[in-house]
Amino acid sequence: MDYIRVILTIFWKDILAERRTREILSAMLVFALVVILLFVFAFDLSPETRRNTAAGVIWVTLCFSGTIGLNRTLSVEKDRGGIDGLMLAPADRTALFFGKALTNWVYMLLTALFVVPIYSLFNNTNLFSFTLLGVIMLGTFGYIVTGTLLSSLSLQLRSREMLLPVLLFPVVIPLLLSAIRATSILLEGGSQTELNTWLVLLFSYDLIFLAISVMVFDKIIED
Amino acid sequence: MIRASRISKSFGSRIVLRNLEFSADPGEVISLIGLNGAGKTTFIRILATLMRADSGKIFINRYNISQAPIQIRKKIGVVLHSPMLYGDLTGDENLVFYAKLFGVQQPETRIDQILQLTNLDPRRKDLVRTYSRGMQQRLSIGRAILHNPDVLLLDEPYTGLDQDSIGNVDALLAQLAVEGKLILLTSHDLERALAVSSRIDILYRGSIADSLKIDQLAGNELKNRFRSITGKTFPGAGNQAD
Amino acid sequence: MRNSTKTSLMLIVVDILAASLILTALFMVFYYAPVEVEMGLVQKIFYFHVAAAWTGMLGFLVALAAGIGLLRSGNMKWDIAGVAGVEIGLVFISLSTIMGSIWARPIWNTWWTWDPRLSTALIMMLIYFAYLLLRNGVEEPGRRARFSAVYAIVGFVSVPLTFLSIRLFRTIHPVIIGSSDPAATGVFEMSTRMTHTFMISLVAFSVLFVALFWHRVRLGVKLALFEQRKMEDFTGED
Repeated sequence: MDYIRVILTIFWKDILAERRTREILSAMLVFALVVILLFVFAFDLSPETRRNTAAGVIWVTLCFSGTIGLNRTLSVEKDRGGIDGLMLAPADRTALFFGKALTNWVYMLLTALFVVPIYSLFNNTNLFSFTLLGVIMLGTFGYIVTGTLLSSLSLQLRSREMLLPVLLFPVVIPLLLSAIRATSILLEGGSQTELNTWLVLLFSYDLIFLAISVMVFDKIIED
Repeated sequence: MIRASRISKSFGSRIVLRNLEFSADPGEVISLIGLNGAGKTTFIRILATLMRADSGKIFINRYNISQAPIQIRKKIGVVLHSPMLYGDLTGDENLVFYAKLFGVQQPETRIDQILQLTNLDPRRKDLVRTYSRGMQQRLSIGRAILHNPDVLLLDEPYTGLDQDSIGNVDALLAQLAVEGKLILLTSHDLERALAVSSRIDILYRGSIADSLKIDQLAGNELKNRFRSITGKTFPGAGNQAD
Repeated sequence: MRNSTKTSLMLIVVDILAASLILTALFMVFYYAPVEVEMGLVQKIFYFHVAAAWTGMLGFLVALAAGIGLLRSGNMKWDIAGVAGVEIGLVFISLSTIMGSIWARPIWNTWWTWDPRLSTALIMMLIYFAYLLLRNGVEEPGRRARFSAVYAIVGFVSVPLTFLSIRLFRTIHPVIIGSSDPAATGVFEMSTRMTHTFMISLVAFSVLFVALFWHRVRLGVKLALFEQRKMEDFTGED
């Protein structure tokens, strides 16, 4: 099947280059660490507040690190005209979108797998659970779908990387809010029904942005 | 085989191609020449399915470009101004990537063959970042013919090449023409255009103003025709692409 | 030529209609509608506050429709309609927010509070401000049109969210049409005269929107022509 092969080949190529340079993922992880430290110092978080703000800190950190990945994985395609090469692939253009989104998503999940244990370590509690992993997967998915769409757009602007956060953050705030609320219920306890509401909201956001992205992606990359 | 009729394309209000008619058959090597901004690159990009024409019909190997772009992409090889390579991958890996992308059968054998053809075998394990412009261009051509396309579209393939690379590209194109491929290239370099092509088309103000068969061309006829159409002498080699 | 004089005439009619409706609404707000018992005079902000918010969202809805239209047809007229919608929408949403803030000072005892309705409205403004920044960053008109269309579609997700926020989440923002959250502060029952005034305000602002939109589209068409001429001068012979 051409379509699936193109998606996986793009992903394979990105990982191959990343394994050599270790540029993107290491930048994301180090930056995540820096952001966490900034939060801890800036708010001089006491153990109590640290527990209450854990969800927010984790998601904001993921978001910030995420933009680094989004910008980098797409500017690689811009450097030597790789995007044109991808567009020549014998598959629908949405395959390119999913290929790049897959790379971005994996980077972001790896960052999350780094951030959550680190934050747990700093707080001497284990925050990790499989439900949390589920929430993280849902939240980062929506973020990456929207982010991949908007970064393929922002890279063609005069200001390049600069505008991505300005375009992306306001759009994903509702998604982020749902993810933060769901996470904080998991970490601090709360009613199951409320958790379900946020999860449904997260899921609908993922679907809406996925649908929009699939419909408009080719209009962004093709003149 | 390429059949293009009444192709128009504008960017915003700037009209780049107007009612362009173009036709070419297998075995032909056609050079498209014209002033900067005449629409050469735009035409190549449209044929390569990278851009959509505003109006007109294009058939490549009997496939309609607006209905079966994916079928067409399997049959065309494209070389653009940017090499479409990844600097952090080796020459070998770049080719493996494109072979996977196109689902090439027996990729190892084909890649070995391509690296031989482009004289890049000794450097195959080096990162493309370390390649010279000429080597990148050769690899780019190798990448374009990897999936054995019937039609080859090259935008300014000779720009920035050293003597050795020019010879190598010449030989490559000649070889492909003998194999019955259809080759369409744009060029700023009249010498090269005359050396490799069987036909030269002059693009002026967004349409083909004249089409000349090389074997029926005498002396300075091409230069004169070019001047009478465009009112300018042909820009020499070394000019930047449009 | 005759046709364009006709449209100019119609536009003048719409202008006059908008102006007189706004004046009527203003008159009704101050002299026709009764003073609300608990909140007093400041409640009168409500009429224009809601009307402006409605007009703002209408602008964003127009931008969404124009975005879809552009991506489907590629006709640049949709682009002109899209910017017009966003610009006017932004102005009215800002006005509405400012008016709301003035109302909130005596009623909620604060200019601003991080309530879902206020927050979502702010996010919406941010998105459409980013839209303008995005347009600023693309030079080629065709590409600018496509990118803004995509962003207008993506960004519109925030609009229904803002509209629904006071109906979905716990909030202190009152819902006058429909049922308020028990926590809402500043709720009141509309009397018949209030309803009349409210309706006229809505109509007045909608007509004002039409007039402004029309003017902005005309300006947009002229700007596009100007840009075209400039481009021709620039590229010259080629």
